[in-house]
Amino acid sequence: MATVALDDAGMPKKQHHIFRMEFGQKAERMVWGTAFLVALFAAWQSVTALHLEPPIILPSPADVISALQALFSSSDIWLDFAASGQELLFGFALAAAVGIAAGLAIGWYTRLGYFFDPFISFLYAVPRVALGPLLVVWLGIGLGSKVALVFLISVFPVLVNTSSGIRSVDPHLVRVARCFGADDLKIFRTIALPGSVPFILGGLRLAVGQALIGVFVAELLGAQHGLGAMIENAGQQFQTDIVFAGLLIFAAAGMLLTTIVRWLERRFDAWRV
Amino acid sequence: MVSEEPVPSVRLPRVPASGYLDVRNTSIAYAGRDGDVVLAIDRVDLSVTQGEFVCLLGPSGCGKTTFLNAVAGFLAISSGQLTLKGKPIERPGPDRAMVFQQPGLLPWRDVLHNVTYGLEMSGRMRRREAKERAGELLELVGLADFARSFPHQLSGGMQQRVNLARALAVEPEILLLDEPFASVDAQTREGLQVELISICNRAKVTALFVTHDIGEAVFLADRIHVFSRRPGRILREVRVRLPKPRDRVRLSPDFFRYVQEVTEVLGSTPAAAAGVVEISKEKGHGNRRS
Repeated sequence: MATVALDDAGMPKKQHHIFRMEFGQKAERMVWGTAFLVALFAAWQSVTALHLEPPIILPSPADVISALQALFSSSDIWLDFAASGQELLFGFALAAAVGIAAGLAIGWYTRLGYFFDPFISFLYAVPRVALGPLLVVWLGIGLGSKVALVFLISVFPVLVNTSSGIRSVDPHLVRVARCFGADDLKIFRTIALPGSVPFILGGLRLAVGQALIGVFVAELLGAQHGLGAMIENAGQQFQTDIVFAGLLIFAAAGMLLTTIVRWLERRFDAWRV
Repeated sequence: MVSEEPVPSVRLPRVPASGYLDVRNTSIAYAGRDGDVVLAIDRVDLSVTQGEFVCLLGPSGCGKTTFLNAVAGFLAISSGQLTLKGKPIERPGPDRAMVFQQPGLLPWRDVLHNVTYGLEMSGRMRRREAKERAGELLELVGLADFARSFPHQLSGGMQQRVNLARALAVEPEILLLDEPFASVDAQTREGLQVELISICNRAKVTALFVTHDIGEAVFLADRIHVFSRRPGRILREVRVRLPKPRDRVRLSPDFFRYVQEVTEVLGSTPAAAAGVVEISKEKGHGNRRS
């Protein structure tokens, strides 16, 4: 049969080349990134070794590590993890569900967008952390107000990203679908929805970081357990090493969660070049 | 009538109805930017019979794409009649499949599932049947080995073949092609043209193909309708009697005579002359002084 020899042969070669380049870039990034962390730790260690500052102001890396060990040897830390984890999970899950659903609706129905956009812009502009005290008044000091704050802080990146994903659907693809006789529902399901998956995942990635901030701030407003509460208490008692240890735990949690979402993004984003 | 020689074409005063795609005295106008009415297509008569490959040729902006959009059902005609198998065309439907200049493949679907897309939308086939049919069509366009590849892994020419396979999968009554090879490089384009002829012959496709490339029209068409500049009118109908398959026809004197004839038609009205200049600049052939 009459087939044309296109660049079929050249294609795998090209991919191989890209792969090699990415690998090289990745290695270089790792080297530079690690170098900075090593330098930072060295500076930290030398400042504390020279006793330039008392440990109550700046504990040494060794102090922080032993504080971490002490934390994990008691059972209290697991109560803190459970409390913070619960607030994060409930708040974030709610934000993801509501953000995606509302974002899809607002992006798809133009009039709904017109209706809600000013309100969303207004709420987006308000420093939502400032709603904390109000939420405590409304919902009390328990789990409810904390979940609500985490939700309010992290719902917007998801909502805004999702709706702009739906709105930026390729009109040419819509035309193609119409040409095959697709109705609105089919266009939504086969073009708009899959097309906005990368936007949704990007929104979730931003939201994870925001949700962690929400957890911390919510616990500052008063809590029995939780990592934020733990840091707050330690700070008030000048247990600076525990404050540092808590910060490290927060940072690790944030990095872990972001990595998970990034992994999801890569998995569902393979078609994006 | 059955001579191998190119017969001087006849300008038909009235086109007899084919009972397939029939266009009667059709005009298309739309509201322009300043609110005035722009006439894009002016009283066009043409017909396409089953199994025929018809090209609409004209300078850029002559309304031929507008006309194709009306046949696709995206656009309402202003007057006249536009019927496929006797039924007036009112909206897009799977009996007419369109191949656009841009491949328009869904980037998140692999090649196989891009080809099943049209079938899914028209909802005429079960999933498994659709996949089988898509596999056959990928075979037909020579991309069976790429069923699991994603669009971004394919060259422009290959993407356009997937696009063609997707359109053919729904077994349309008529295939509408809007300069489908305009954005691939010249070498790939010639290969794709050869393939298109062979695919259409094997699948017994009826096709309406829009182009501004004279060589492309002569190479592909059984008949060419030459359009004037805007508002588009049919200047002449040229029946191309070149033997098929046409793989080697491009350098033959007959081929060149058709090209010359069509070029002269395009240059025959003062309004169209400007269009010919435009084409000859782009393509490097055609006689400016004709």
